[in-house]
Amino acid sequence: MKDLIAVVMLAGIYGLLSACFFVAMDAVDVAFTEASVGAGISTLLMLVAITITGRSEETTRHKPALAFFVVVITGGLLIYGTIDMPYVGAVDAPIQIHVAPRYINGSMQEVGVPNIVTSVLASYRGFDTFGEAVVIFTAGIGVLTLLPLARSRKDDDAIESLNESMHEQHMIVRIVTKMLIPFILLFALYVQFHGDYGPGGGFQAGVIFAAAIILYAMLFGLATARRVINQTFIQFIAAFGVLLYGSVGIVSLLNGGHFLDYSVLLADPIAGQHLGILLIELGVGCTVTSVIVIIFFHFAGHKEDKQNMKNEGAR
Amino acid sequence: MDVAIEIMSAICLLIGSFLCVSGGVGVLRFPDFYTRMHAVGVTDTLGAGMILIGLMLQSQDILVIAKLVMILLMTLFINPTASHALAKAAIHNGLKPVLDNKERNNTESESSSR
Repeated sequence: MKDLIAVVMLAGIYGLLSACFFVAMDAVDVAFTEASVGAGISTLLMLVAITITGRSEETTRHKPALAFFVVVITGGLLIYGTIDMPYVGAVDAPIQIHVAPRYINGSMQEVGVPNIVTSVLASYRGFDTFGEAVVIFTAGIGVLTLLPLARSRKDDDAIESLNESMHEQHMIVRIVTKMLIPFILLFALYVQFHGDYGPGGGFQAGVIFAAAIILYAMLFGLATARRVINQTFIQFIAAFGVLLYGSVGIVSLLNGGHFLDYSVLLADPIAGQHLGILLIELGVGCTVTSVIVIIFFHFAGHKEDKQNMKNEGAR
Repeated sequence: MDVAIEIMSAICLLIGSFLCVSGGVGVLRFPDFYTRMHAVGVTDTLGAGMILIGLMLQSQDILVIAKLVMILLMTLFINPTASHALAKAAIHNGLKPVLDNKERNNTESESSSR
């Protein structure tokens, strides 16, 4: 398929279908993440990337037959590997007898969070989640270094007049979006702080929050959005999220526990767990939001810079 | 009373499902982008709305009804706007609607009656 937008759309549909599949498997948290990240934001970021690179695929010079051969061999080996795996839901499967029973039985006494997924993600496996937050932060740094933005400050009048001319064109979409954005932000906050009790948490909330900001940037122009959201501030928030996460671990070390062992944070272990999970989810949410916003702003800003340079060259 | 509500809910659900299915048929059968989008846009807004109303009639819990009302409001806002944005983008990029010149008058009167 040569049209890259069609490829991106297929990837988004695949994400949405696998989200449905996860719901059918009763993994609501994963489905939520897949729907927001896989189908939503990654599709969007790929679309923004396409605006920089161009819409259609270049003619390939390598041999597709060889690639196809490799894919078939690898796929065959993977399918062969699944023969040895236990059946889905088998009682003696390693996943059923290894650590899962302990999490399921002990989660309520040890962590005291109704949503076991959150307790596993944030408390039992807190170190892994810390790694994920760091990976996202690193991605943000990578984009910041690879695609530096030209610091061309447009004056406010130019932005204002551009806004006015766009307003006529996109009136309906703009007005509806203006009404929706507060609700999206509110929903993101709900997902963020309700993660202990239902599906949700820092990753999903961060993505939804960032989606609201990106929607605003798409409809009201990048320059306006940049005036609303300070670039330095959002970079600070990205680092702050990881820092907050790590600090919780350090504080629990100082209080005499293990790294990221929240039970020692407060006198009451359960309250300590609650506080720790709240703080690290907040850290994850901050990092995810700001990194996605940074990536979007830099991808879209790169395109705009290119156009500006072309315009100046034409003059 | 219960029976009446049940029947009303069933009718709403049936109409909604019919509209959704006909929207799917429309996507497959209609000749060009704009008519297909029309099929999806109208039937999905109304179809989803009818299904949601049917579900509201089914449930006893006020919380569930409130959530369904929220979803209904969201779809009523978002679906038409999305269709509008899509059609606008298509026109902006110079996609011409397919018009059958021989039977132009017939098609136009048909499409307006749809």
